[in-house]
Amino acid sequence: MNIRSQVSMVFHLDKCIGCHTCSIACKNVWTDRKGAEYMWWNNVETKPGTGYPTQWEDQDKYRGGWEKNSQDKLVIKSTGKARVVPNIFHNPHMPSMDDYYEPWTYDYQNLFNAPEGADQPIAKAISMITGEDIDIQAGPNWDDDLGGSEIYAANDPNLAGLTEQQRLQLNSVERLVFYYLPRICNHCLNPCCVASCPSGALYKRGEDGIVLIDQKRCRAWRSCVAACPYKKTYFNWFTGKSEKCILCFPRLETGQAPACFHSCVGRIRYLGVLLYDADRLEEVANMPDNQLVEGQRSLILNPHDPEVIRGAQSAGIPDSVIESAQQSPVYKFVMDWKIALPPHIEYRTLPMLFYVPPMSPVIANFEDGLANHSMDSLFHGIDQSRVPMQYFANLFGAGHEGVVRYAMGKQLAVRWHRRAETVGDVDRATADRYLHEADLTVEDAEAIYRLTSLCTFEDRFVIPPMHREQAIEMIKDPYEVKAETGFGFVGGPQRGL
Amino acid sequence: MSQHVLDQFMFVALPYVCLFTFFLMTIYRYRMQSFSYSSLSSQFLENKHHFWAVVPFHYGILVVTAGHFVAFLIPRTLLAWNSHPLRLYVLEITALAFGLLTFIGLTGVIVRRLSSSKVRIVTSPTDWILFAMLLIQTGSGISNALVYPWGSSWFATSMAPYLWSILKLSPDVTFVTAMPWMIKLHVVLAFLTIGFFPFTRLVHVLVIPNPYLWRKPQVVRWYGRK
Repeated sequence: MNIRSQVSMVFHLDKCIGCHTCSIACKNVWTDRKGAEYMWWNNVETKPGTGYPTQWEDQDKYRGGWEKNSQDKLVIKSTGKARVVPNIFHNPHMPSMDDYYEPWTYDYQNLFNAPEGADQPIAKAISMITGEDIDIQAGPNWDDDLGGSEIYAANDPNLAGLTEQQRLQLNSVERLVFYYLPRICNHCLNPCCVASCPSGALYKRGEDGIVLIDQKRCRAWRSCVAACPYKKTYFNWFTGKSEKCILCFPRLETGQAPACFHSCVGRIRYLGVLLYDADRLEEVANMPDNQLVEGQRSLILNPHDPEVIRGAQSAGIPDSVIESAQQSPVYKFVMDWKIALPPHIEYRTLPMLFYVPPMSPVIANFEDGLANHSMDSLFHGIDQSRVPMQYFANLFGAGHEGVVRYAMGKQLAVRWHRRAETVGDVDRATADRYLHEADLTVEDAEAIYRLTSLCTFEDRFVIPPMHREQAIEMIKDPYEVKAETGFGFVGGPQRGL
Repeated sequence: MSQHVLDQFMFVALPYVCLFTFFLMTIYRYRMQSFSYSSLSSQFLENKHHFWAVVPFHYGILVVTAGHFVAFLIPRTLLAWNSHPLRLYVLEITALAFGLLTFIGLTGVIVRRLSSSKVRIVTSPTDWILFAMLLIQTGSGISNALVYPWGSSWFATSMAPYLWSILKLSPDVTFVTAMPWMIKLHVVLAFLTIGFFPFTRLVHVLVIPNPYLWRKPQVVRWYGRK
C-alpha cells in the first residue's frame, strides 16, 4: 500500500442555481489577463446542453482521455508516446479558438469620441485579440438556460442511448428541464494531461494531488489541451504556455477555500482530503466500464481504519492531514453515503471532483387540467424524473444506471424523511419505507440533510494544513518565497521574442 | 575595402561573432528567461491551414539541416557514398526535394501569418525578420543546388574543411573565398541566422522533449523530496 492524500471536491448539483458567481470569482482572480481572456478555469454549463468548449464530451471529435488499445493496454487517445513525435508540429486533435469562442469587448471610447452625427454613437463589439470589429458567434455561456433547445440541448453528447420517446419527452413543454453543471479541473488521479506532456511540465503535487503546469517548462507542444477529456487545460495564445485551474493553491496553503468555493452562493461546494492507495491506480484505471465507479471507491481508504492511519504515517503524511481526512465532507458524500459520483469516469482519468446528481423539479400531476398534489405522489419516483435516468448514467455512471439510481434514491428518501419530520403530512411509516428502500438509516438521512442544507463554512471546507512553510524552509529562504507570493518565481509572463 | 579584408570579415570575424553570440545568449536566455522558451504555437488561433504550412516546413528544414550536419561531420563517408553516380543522384534529388518542401512550407507559413488577422497579432517584428532570412536562405540553397549541382560532394571537399578550420580556431578561408557569390551569400546568411538564433523563437529547437519517450506516464513532484 502506498498511501497518498488528495484534496478532493464535491459539487452538490441539487443546490446549484446557475448564478456563475464562481466563474466570475475565478475570472477576476486568475484569468483576467491577455491571452487568457477566453479561459474559464471554472465554468457553469446548462445541461442538457453542449457546454464549453462546444460539445467537449464528444470524444470522437476531441479524442480526449484514455482508451484501451488492442492489447487491452491503457493509451492516450489523442497523441500517445509513439504518436507524439510525428505530431509535434501539428497536433491533430487540438481544439482551436473557434471551439471555445473569440473573446470580445466593446469600443466604449466611441461613445465619447464619435464625431457629431445624426445617430447616437454606439459601442461596437471588438475582438480582444485583433481589436477588429467582430460578429459575435459564440460565448462561454452561449446556451445558458437553453434546456430543450433544438440547436444546443439537442446536441448534448449525453443524450446518446436515449430512446426517441425519451428525447421527445425532454422537449415537451410540460417536461422541459435543465440543470447546471459547474466544472473546474478534476485534479484526477490518472491525469491524461500530465501523461501527455512531452516536456514533463505538468505534474501532480505529491502532498495534496493538485495538478499544475510548470510555466517555465511548458514549451507549447499543446498535447495537454488535446489530451484532457474535460478540456480543462487551456492554451494561452499570448504567452505560448498552457494554463489550468490551480485549485487556488496559494489560498489553500493559507487555509482559505479556493475562490470559486468561497464565493459559491448556493453553497454547493465541499472540499476535503481523501486518502488513497497509489499502488492500485493502474489496476483501477484498467477496469471495465461498469466497474469503474466502484473501482475508484475501492482506491479511497477509510481514514478511521488504524491500519490506514499507520500506513499514512509511514508514507510521511502528517497527522494533521490524517485528522483532516477524518473530518472530510467529501469522504462522507463519496464513501459513507455514496451519493456523489465522478463525471465521465469512462475517460479513465479517475477524476477527484464528485457530483451529487440533481433531483429534477417536482412535477405536478394533472387531473382534468387541475394540479393534484395528493400525498402518495408528493415526490414523484426517480423514474418519473424529467431527466431520464439514462442521461445521468451517461454523465455520472459510465452509461450504467445502478450507481446513479442508488444516489438519487437516497436523496429522494431524505426528502420523504424530512417531510415527515418537519411538515408531518407524511406518516413515519411511509418515510421509513423509503429510507429502507434507499439503504439509508435515519441517522444518515439526518446527516445528509444537515450537510446539504445547514452546512456552515467549516462543514463544507475542511482544508488540511499544507505545511508548505516547513517544506519550503528546507530548500529556500522563506523571505524569498514570501516575495514570490506562492508562485515560485517573480517576473511577468513575458512572451518570447 | 579590399577583397581580402572583406573575406576576412565575412568568413572569419562574422562567424566567430555569430557563434559566440549564439552560445552566450542561448545559455543566458535559458538561465534568465526560461519562461520565454516556447514554440509559441499559433495552432490554437488558426487551425485550418496550420497543418499544410507548418508540417512541410518542419520536416523539410529538419532533413535539410541534418544533411548539412552529416556532410560536415563525415565528409569522407559522404564522398565514398557519392562515388557511385546512382547513389549521388538519389542523394541530390532527395536533398532538393526536401529543400523544395522547406520552401513551400515556409511560403505557406508566411502567407498564413499574413492572411489570418489573429495570427498576425502574435507575429512580432523579430519573426518577420527571421522569416525573411529563412526565405532567402532556403531560396539561395535551392538555387545553389540547381546552379552548382552535386553540392553534397563539393560541400564535403570544400566547405567541410573550412567549417572545421573555424571550429579548430585556425580559420582557413582558401576554399570559401573562391566560391561564387551565391554560395558565399548562403554561408554568410547561415552564420547570421546562427547569431540571430537566441533572439528568436528558434530557441524552441533546443528544448525538444527527448525524455518523454522513456519517462513514466505520470509525473509527481514532492517538496523537499527528490
